[in-house]
Amino acid sequence: MLDTVIDVVAGTFMVVGCLMSLAAGIGMLRFPDLLSRLHAATKPQVLGLLLLLAALGLELRSWVVLPVLLLAWLLQLLTAPVSAHMVGRAGYRTRHLRRETLIVDELAAVVQAAAQREELEHGADGQRDRSDFLD
Amino acid sequence: MSRDQRLYDGSDGDAAGARHRRTTLRQELPLLGWMMLVWGALWQDFAIGNLIFGLLLSLGLVRVFRLPPVILSGRFNIWRAAVFAAAFLRDVVLASFEVMYLAVFRGPRTKSAIIAVTLRTESDLLVTFVGHVLTLVPGSYVVEVDRRSSTLYLHVLNVNDQAGIDAARADVMMIEERLIRMMGTTEELAALAAEKSGARNDGAGAS
Repeated sequence: MLDTVIDVVAGTFMVVGCLMSLAAGIGMLRFPDLLSRLHAATKPQVLGLLLLLAALGLELRSWVVLPVLLLAWLLQLLTAPVSAHMVGRAGYRTRHLRRETLIVDELAAVVQAAAQREELEHGADGQRDRSDFLD
Repeated sequence: MSRDQRLYDGSDGDAAGARHRRTTLRQELPLLGWMMLVWGALWQDFAIGNLIFGLLLSLGLVRVFRLPPVILSGRFNIWRAAVFAAAFLRDVVLASFEVMYLAVFRGPRTKSAIIAVTLRTESDLLVTFVGHVLTLVPGSYVVEVDRRSSTLYLHVLNVNDQAGIDAARADVMMIEERLIRMMGTTEELAALAAEKSGARNDGAGAS
C-alpha cells in the first residue's frame, strides 16, 4: 500500500518536472527578446530538477544516494544564476534587447552617465562602449 | 570590516596588501567542512576515515588554489534559515507555474522592466546571496550589480505598471530581510528593527 502511494507521488513529481522543461522550451520560442527568454532558459529547471531528483530519492529509498541528489541540486542552484547573470549582462551591453518590451529601464541612465563621464575623461573618440562602467 | 575590504579591493593590491588579506584557518573552516561533506557525498561513504581523507584533501586544495576570504557575520539562526527555506521553496513553486502560464498564454506580449534596488546590507556575501536567490526564483534575475552602493539592477518579467514595479521592489527587500534575520550581522539586524519600528510609527502618524 505504502509502496503504491510512493510510486504515485514519484510519478507525479516526474511528470510535473518534465512539464517544467517543456515550459522552458515553450518560453524560449514565445518570449519576445533575449532578456525575457533568459527567464525561460534558466529558471524552470530549478523546480524541474528538484522534482526529478525528489522522485529519484523516493524510488531508490536509500540513505547513501540522498547526499548525492542534494549535492546535484545545490550545485545547480549555485551555477544557474551565474550563467543567467553573465548572459543577461552581455546581452544588455551589446544591446540585444527590444526596448519596447521594457516598461522601465533604470539601468539606461546609469550607463549613459558613465559613457558621458568616459567622454569627458578620454575625449569623444575614446572607447565609448566601455563595459566596465560600474567598477 | 566588509567596508574596509571593499575599499581595499577597489585599489589594485600590492604585495603588502596580499599578505594582509591572507585567509585565516578560522575563516576557512566552513569551506573545509563543506568540501569534506562533498567528498563524502561523492564517494557515498561517510565513514570517519574517508571523511578525514577528504578533509586533508580540501586543506591541500585551499592552500594551492587561494581564494579571497568569505567574511561571515558570525551569526546564524537555524529557525530563520528554516523560514527562509520554506519561503524560498514556496516562491520557486508559485513563480515556476507563473512563468509557465506566461510562456504559454502571453508569449510575445509579455512586458518586463529593469529596476534598480538598493539593498540595506554592505556585505558582499549577502549581496551575492540576495542576487542568487532572486535569480533562482523565476521571474527576475540580476543584470548588473553596483558593489559600492549594494545596488542590484534586476530584469523582472511580467511587470505592467508602477504597482508591479513597487511590488517587485518590495519582494527584493523582503528576501533581503529574511536573509539578514538568518545570517546578517547584529548591526544589520538592529538597523532592520529600527526601520520596522520607524515604519510603524510613520503609519500610526499618518492614520
